[in-house]
Amino acid sequence: MGKFMARIHLAAALAVCGVASLLPGTAAAQAPAPSLTMAVGAPITSLDPHYHQLSPNNAVADMIFNSLVNRDARDRDIPGLAVSWRAVDPLTWEFKLREGVTFHNGNAFTAEDVAFTLNRVPRVPNSPSSFALYTRPIIGVEIVDAHTIRLKTATPYPLMPTDISNLRIIDKETAENATTEDFNAGRAAQGTGPWRVVEHRNGDRIEFAGNQNYWGGAPPFARVTYRMITNDAARTAALLAGDVDFIDQVPTADLARLRREQRITLSETIGQRIIFLGLDHSRTGATPFITDNDGKPIEPNPLKDVRVRRALTIAIDRHAIAERVMEGAATPSGQFLPAGSFGYVPGLEAPRANPDEARRLLAEAGFPNGFRITLNSPNDRYINDARIAQAIGQMWTRAGLRTQVEAQTWSTFVGRAARTELSAWLIGWGSSGSEASNPLRNLVATISREKGWGASNRGHYSNPAMDALVTSAMVELDDAKREALLREATQMAMDDVGIIPLHIQTNIWAMRRGLQHQARADELTRAQDIRPAAR
Amino acid sequence: MTVFLLRRLLQAVGVVLAMTLLVFLGVFAVGDPVEILISPEADQLERERAIRELGLDLPLWRQYLVFLGNALQGDLGRSFVFNEPALQLIYQRMPATLELALGATLLALLIGLPLGLYAGLRPNAFGSRAIMAGSILGFSLPTFWVGLMLIMVFAVQLGWLPSTGRGETVTILGMRWSFLTWDGLLHMAMPMFSLSLSRIGLVIRLTRSGVRENMVMDYVKFARAKGLSPNRIVFVHVFRNILIPVVTVMGLELGGTIAFSVVTESVFAWPGMGKLIIDSINVLDRPVIVAYLMLIVLMFIVINLLVDLSYSVLDPRVRLESRE
Repeated sequence: MGKFMARIHLAAALAVCGVASLLPGTAAAQAPAPSLTMAVGAPITSLDPHYHQLSPNNAVADMIFNSLVNRDARDRDIPGLAVSWRAVDPLTWEFKLREGVTFHNGNAFTAEDVAFTLNRVPRVPNSPSSFALYTRPIIGVEIVDAHTIRLKTATPYPLMPTDISNLRIIDKETAENATTEDFNAGRAAQGTGPWRVVEHRNGDRIEFAGNQNYWGGAPPFARVTYRMITNDAARTAALLAGDVDFIDQVPTADLARLRREQRITLSETIGQRIIFLGLDHSRTGATPFITDNDGKPIEPNPLKDVRVRRALTIAIDRHAIAERVMEGAATPSGQFLPAGSFGYVPGLEAPRANPDEARRLLAEAGFPNGFRITLNSPNDRYINDARIAQAIGQMWTRAGLRTQVEAQTWSTFVGRAARTELSAWLIGWGSSGSEASNPLRNLVATISREKGWGASNRGHYSNPAMDALVTSAMVELDDAKREALLREATQMAMDDVGIIPLHIQTNIWAMRRGLQHQARADELTRAQDIRPAAR
Repeated sequence: MTVFLLRRLLQAVGVVLAMTLLVFLGVFAVGDPVEILISPEADQLERERAIRELGLDLPLWRQYLVFLGNALQGDLGRSFVFNEPALQLIYQRMPATLELALGATLLALLIGLPLGLYAGLRPNAFGSRAIMAGSILGFSLPTFWVGLMLIMVFAVQLGWLPSTGRGETVTILGMRWSFLTWDGLLHMAMPMFSLSLSRIGLVIRLTRSGVRENMVMDYVKFARAKGLSPNRIVFVHVFRNILIPVVTVMGLELGGTIAFSVVTESVFAWPGMGKLIIDSINVLDRPVIVAYLMLIVLMFIVINLLVDLSYSVLDPRVRLESRE
């Protein structure tokens, strides 16, 4: 189909469904206040910014509200409603607030609103996942003046600015007695952000209007329609049909086709979600999904032997997975975070595939004929998850381990992983904040309820020397020293093969030509990252 | 008649109770909602708080008793995900599904009955053979594939119809309806057609076999002998008789269409109950699953009742009491 025809059809589709959109060469392009229609793949469950700590909700919250500290496209801290911050003493953080900012309803933004927000966060009823873990280190709030606020902590707390960036500031007067339902209805959703809520239809769409008084400059679109189209093929089709201008979570199967399309532009960047294999470190005796070649349990647990773990990691050809299974939309990795992150270890590359060396290590560990292992995986959670697991199954089999792959839906998988019923499993981790302490504390630190560490350490990995490094990093206010500690801890966890990192996903968005988008490492899809392309 | 209705009512209560129990056990067996809903960053304290807050720290039998107690007062619980009453969530989505399902059923009857009649009256004509072959395609093609093909052809290639969503709506009695606006109808066209496709095939087949069966019966011969016009024989006497199986099957199908049009709704991003239930099952949002299935069970019971009642209208020989 010619470009001319395509244009006519798009225009017809637009005329039919009444979407005013700016399309080069059509009358709509001359409209002074263009609108933007976006379609996202994940449903938004609430407009209450403190109800559910969930990426899709946070993306929408970012459009309506601001935090004291915002995050740039690479997920680093930048000034938001606070213009600057510093630790005035080891136990006190001071934030200088932006002046002249108003909420959508015209109320002025002051330190009172910040204090109110910090007080509300841990008290949202029925929250399935609250933001309280970010306010827990704060033991005292002191309002110095209308635009200065101090937060006290019990121990030195270097992560305060990063943590505080998760907390979107709401208007005290509006939200004093507001419930989550009031936010969902749009009444209480009065923020300081670039977009004002016009209408919210649960599970279907959210309509926004541009906030002309936004402190960061008036947005380039007068209206934004934020639609939820969870089916991948339907989302791509809606873009091709011109019903929407912009989509996220582009399926890798459609990548080749979209790259060829004249009227479509892609935007992509390396993300912060590492796909990795977890291993059962918890059992010293037999582990349930490993047997010898005759099907009998093996004691002790072979995964406790670092040589076996090394064999498992170097048997995997990560480049083949990234290129063939992921269609290039992944970067092989040997650590938690991509290059450029805080705590990234230079030189710690993805291990090179070496099946012969893997066989040698297995023989050295006492398994010259290998063993049988079952790799478990979700099949509806991460991009191509079950297919990655199958590829690894083949690679392990080539290295002498008879591997079976068992893929199941996330809702049953995650429970089994949480109860450590599995021996080896594929899972992912999206770090919030570009800081290595986040994956270190959550994925490989020894499980400790008191410290709140290791909550996602499904394999019960434990390495006291590494724990000690993370512990000192967590109270080190000097950034250079902290980074050195985090690097050393990461190196240690990787040398010991606490987990097996595979690759970091690439985040991909697609839009009609004529738009440009600032791709984000944190996967958030927000209207303020889109603008008409300069011509 | 009253005895008949009362018995049906008692049965309904029993079925609903059994169903709630099954859902409670089922969700418990599948997994832990908190593990799915909680942010991966949450530490142990936060996880414990969420479990307590959602009432999942109690033993299962106590959770069930709490649910029953609230249900007796008309409260079916709040969604774990949305923090809104489960029933309210379902009611918000209901009009979208109802209009789609009713539209699809209507379309199936409008297209299926005439084609089926034709195929039954002229079984050997070329047109009839084509219709019968087409009807096989109708219910053997997978819905999601048909849906995607429709989108590719009519939205992407031709640009005649919008690809997804509900379009403009009109609010009546606090509910949004699409079928009253032109834009809404355009949005409905493809999902409605793809949902009705297999039903069209079904109606054609039922009608055709009904017609063929009835045309050789004595009453038709008698009517012919009496000198009635062929039109009167077909459209008054035969038609009435073939409607009985068609009404039964389409009535039951309507229930299925309303309750489980999940695939069509997700392909066309149609914000109905089907999408809600599948999303809720994925995150084990138990209050919504229970409330939804309770409504669906009730709906099936009502539809069955209506089908039974309609028999007595269509066929005076059927007496409801005698069916006990």
